[in-house]
Amino acid sequence: MNNLNNNQNSTADAIRQKLSGKTGRKYWRSLEELADTEEFRSFLEDEFPQQARPLALPIDRRQFLTLMGSALALAGLSGCRYLPQQKIVPYVKAPEDLIPGQPLTYATAMTLGGYSTGLLATSNMGRPIKIEGNDLHPASLGGTDVLAQCSILHLYDPDRAQTVTYQGEVSGWEVFLDALRIELTSHKSTGGAGICLLTESVSSPTLHSQIMAFLRTYPKAVWRQYEPVNRDNEQAGAILSFDMDVHPVYNFDHAERVVSLDGDFLGTMPGHVRYSRDFMDGRRVRKDHAVMNRLYAVECSATITGAVADHRLKTLPSRMEIITRALASYVGVPGISGTVTPAEAAWLKALAVDLLENKGHSVVVPGDQQPAVVHAISNAINLAIGAQGNTVSYIKPVHSIMERLGTAGQSMGQLESLSSLANDMDSGKVKTLIILGANPVYTAPADLDFALRLAKMTQAGKFTACLSAYSDETAALCRWNIPRAHYLEGWSDGRAYDGTLTLSQPLIQPLFESRTDHEMLAAMVGLPQAGYDIVHDAWLKYLTPKSGNTLQPSTIDPAADPEKRWQKALHDGLLEHSAFPPKTVSLKSGWESILPPPLYLPPDALEIVFRPDASAWDGRFANNAWLMELPRPLTKIVWDNAALISPATAARFTLAEGDMVEISSGSRKLTVPASLLPGHPDNSITLHLGYGRTRGGKVATGVGSNAYILRDSVSPYQAVGVTLHKTGEKYQLVSVRAHSSREGRDIVRTGTLADYLRNPKLVDERTAEEDKPTVSLYPPNKYEGFGAYAWGMSIDTNLCIGCNACVAACQAENNIPVVGKDQVSRGREMHWLRVDRYYQGEINNPDTVFSPVPCMHCENAPCEPVCPVAATVHSHEGLNQQVYNRCVGTRYCSNNCPYKVRHFNFYKYSAGQPNNAPGNYDIPILKLLANPDVTIRGRGVMEKCTYCVQRINHARQTAKTEDREIRDGEVVTACQQACPPKAINFGNINDPHSQVAEWKKEEADYSILGELNTRPRTTYLPRLRNPNPDIKDG
Amino acid sequence: MAQVFHPGANVLARASLVAFILLPVGLVGAGMGLTRSSYNTKVGVPLDQPVPFSHEHHVNQLGIDCRYCHTSVEKSAFAGVPPTHTCMSCHSQIWTNSPLLEPLRESYRTGIPLKWNRVNKLPDFVYFNHSVHIKKGIGCDQCHGKINHMNLTSKANTFFMSWCLTCHRDPEKFIRPRDRVFNLDYEHPANQDELGKHLVEKYHVRKDQLTDCWVCHH
Repeated sequence: MNNLNNNQNSTADAIRQKLSGKTGRKYWRSLEELADTEEFRSFLEDEFPQQARPLALPIDRRQFLTLMGSALALAGLSGCRYLPQQKIVPYVKAPEDLIPGQPLTYATAMTLGGYSTGLLATSNMGRPIKIEGNDLHPASLGGTDVLAQCSILHLYDPDRAQTVTYQGEVSGWEVFLDALRIELTSHKSTGGAGICLLTESVSSPTLHSQIMAFLRTYPKAVWRQYEPVNRDNEQAGAILSFDMDVHPVYNFDHAERVVSLDGDFLGTMPGHVRYSRDFMDGRRVRKDHAVMNRLYAVECSATITGAVADHRLKTLPSRMEIITRALASYVGVPGISGTVTPAEAAWLKALAVDLLENKGHSVVVPGDQQPAVVHAISNAINLAIGAQGNTVSYIKPVHSIMERLGTAGQSMGQLESLSSLANDMDSGKVKTLIILGANPVYTAPADLDFALRLAKMTQAGKFTACLSAYSDETAALCRWNIPRAHYLEGWSDGRAYDGTLTLSQPLIQPLFESRTDHEMLAAMVGLPQAGYDIVHDAWLKYLTPKSGNTLQPSTIDPAADPEKRWQKALHDGLLEHSAFPPKTVSLKSGWESILPPPLYLPPDALEIVFRPDASAWDGRFANNAWLMELPRPLTKIVWDNAALISPATAARFTLAEGDMVEISSGSRKLTVPASLLPGHPDNSITLHLGYGRTRGGKVATGVGSNAYILRDSVSPYQAVGVTLHKTGEKYQLVSVRAHSSREGRDIVRTGTLADYLRNPKLVDERTAEEDKPTVSLYPPNKYEGFGAYAWGMSIDTNLCIGCNACVAACQAENNIPVVGKDQVSRGREMHWLRVDRYYQGEINNPDTVFSPVPCMHCENAPCEPVCPVAATVHSHEGLNQQVYNRCVGTRYCSNNCPYKVRHFNFYKYSAGQPNNAPGNYDIPILKLLANPDVTIRGRGVMEKCTYCVQRINHARQTAKTEDREIRDGEVVTACQQACPPKAINFGNINDPHSQVAEWKKEEADYSILGELNTRPRTTYLPRLRNPNPDIKDG
Repeated sequence: MAQVFHPGANVLARASLVAFILLPVGLVGAGMGLTRSSYNTKVGVPLDQPVPFSHEHHVNQLGIDCRYCHTSVEKSAFAGVPPTHTCMSCHSQIWTNSPLLEPLRESYRTGIPLKWNRVNKLPDFVYFNHSVHIKKGIGCDQCHGKINHMNLTSKANTFFMSWCLTCHRDPEKFIRPRDRVFNLDYEHPANQDELGKHLVEKYHVRKDQLTDCWVCHH
């Protein structure tokens, strides 16, 4: 068994020998590859690692032959079966607008951490099956992130809480309403003293006004908001520097120079989908428009923003403030200074010069997880470089502000809010606790010991209720559990990152006995109402012109009928021009003097960085099997989190991939496997939140390690003074980074902008010569006449941020099954599209290149001639077709595919084989999720990317019924649609004026392994960097 | 020693040899025959339906157009089966007491739909689209037969893939002018070869694409 993950000791040794700063081969994907160990080579040689295992059956040869003979004879019979008579069930009264067989699309929105992203949800005969971005919505512009793509699986998750329960026993909504009424009435005389409402970040104006109505009814009740990944620091930083509670909104489309101070604005920051689009639009290098913005990233972890950066400086979390101070002093912010190393100083000085040269076109983006001081200083830098009004504007916070008790206008952070709740619970002040959505038992900082406090309350017979999507850690300790509705099941609204009012409409009746936050609040004020009425009534109020209506945008036409405007908002999914107007800010005098002095720690002290996970986020998506199996953008690990460390730190503690380590912070300890991440800062450990769940679904439970255990309320995103020791145990971390390796061939093209201007091909003449398709004896395929299409794709790797949204979209669109950790470890993941991550250069701070790889649809496809049953054949439009019903599973095609994009169903993965892998289509409720336009594949067949042929056919059929040709841009593949920066283009290359043909006309256009004369239909544009000539290297 | 085998054993041996060859051939032949017989294909075999609906009566005798009931045939992959309300637009006025229509009235009263047995069935991995075929001049009766003369509805063709391909390979033989698509008694003219070629060109039917696997299977 050539399992890479079990043979890591020797790998680590080999890597360590190479750690002396030696430059490896030009591109590499994993440390194992760089070290080029024996295990790695044998893993590569064996494409299907498990197939060659000798048979160890407890039968002899004769028995075996008998069984095989009868199996062969009976095999034909398996094709004979009686299918039940199918029924056609028409409507009694057909609904308007619904044509059976034609999907409908509705605008809706998903809200995460109080920030809404506009989406379009496709419904097929009443079943929502696919999420796409809403072109009209400012937070989406047509793109989505992986969380939104995979949220559709959450809707049909069989593990969701399904009924109202009381102390674990099935109860009912009506019973709960009675109990709630009695409980709240008992507090009426005291004005609601002792009632506490805990919510997630609330940006919904409707929910806000409902909560306000509740607080008017019970004036002494308290409301607390808590989100484990929140914007407290941003808020505190703004108050420190401006004395105003404002949040920055970045306008990257105006930014020529961007500095990220650990600001992951492409991956996790609210508004990141929009930011990716705006920022990457400044890197859309074309022959006639060869200009590029420049990104500097200072990072204390490793993120996709850092991967895209032109210059990257890695540092310890505790030094981020010092670096920010130094940068501030170099750009001329008075009264701020920091002592940095000479190398850092040179880097930062060059950066400062660049920022000042581009005054008004540059911006500094501090990370949400950075302390308030970093935000305060960054705000000052932004004012100094003229960013305000150009590249950054400040708006009032999108989520509701809680005022500190007894103070007017002074806002309270969410952590403080939760701490005060914990204190009140301890002192017995809280008599009734109602939790909406949040899971504080799991997510609260460890020092608050929320579980114990909540358990005490519940045991003491107090009224504790939670509205929760799963029977999770918090639900287990609450007396009443009410299932929470999915966003596709109930009416709601919210605000986008820029304040735009966003409407979230349901596409389906609640599948279970679920309620929305709004319905819960309506019940709490004693007026139970349907979700639609609540939201509709509230919106009619905003839409009715009246003076002093603060929610109303200034551009409202007083003559317009509010109901008509509601209809338009419903159609668009948002209210136009409702973004918050920018506020003009200025530095508070003497702000620099109130900053705490910076902390200088010894550089070899170990620190921890806590970050939201790309898949699990803060834990709320941990039961989503699609997300769990999606390779994490940089580590490419699946089904786990790990303590990410740099190779140098690994050498310091003699750690190899998968070694269990015990990390202690104060008295708290966590045992977690270590994983080596090139480019990670030394002496720092990144832990992603959201794993190690103890309740909350079959998928979530027991996956990864719970980083919240180490997190405290004083410094929730980083911990200093931690210790680490190796436990000696091994853990199998499964990563796809070594799968389908190109065995050292340099197949991605990169260069600097200067290189590109000199030679757009970015390769030497010899390689360019190899590139040219060789002469063929056969005449070229002709695409002539009306309706002749030649489908092709172009991927601009310069725009790819490696976020995996395309992979998630492909999974949802094409009914791709989940196979589970064990199968992935054998190289059997089924994703039709993967995002290869290449490193280039030095192991300690390599450049990162992302390259999405779908099926290439080669014109001379190597898979086709080797199929003995013609199950993979060429279409007249150049598509490489896979015919499932013909496939007998020889896997010759996959062996012959140089791109390794074919995936074989070793088991009936779609039915949950072999280990009852979750997210399969055999569970009745998950059958609702399947895209009816794509066949669900059975065991023993090969499958691969189809260029979303169902979408091509849909467009073709529409065009044919309208007697016209398919228009350019009419076929949008799932990956193309989801891509936030729009790095993928698809269309008819037979039309020289199509967008994709324009992309392919670029001189820089190249094919992967073009020298094999496969003539791929998927071609690429190179990855470019725009380094500052004054910086040697960061 | 007495003879072990009776002389008749020779006949048996010879018959066995013949049977050894003929029996497999016969079995395979019988299997093939059975597969193609209407026992399997259900061609011409009416299915039990909740209401014994007669296309002969409604289409032929009353002259109701196909699209009065099958409303989405020009717009969607699925031709559509009429909702109870469509039936009741007439049957709330006529045959209001017919016992045969009781299930229909019950559906109207209770709001529970009728459940028809599907007559023309394709496997789930076949993505057939009615609207394109209608637009390209393939008449209803090409697949559904002389449905206007069926008192009880049954399948008119096998719906095997080989049957689909007869037309997908040679659409000229089957195509007709668009305005004749809903004419269920249409007869192909004597100059079909010529007309077919003309129409295939006129309606932009691309013969090369018609036999691409992914046109129907994906």
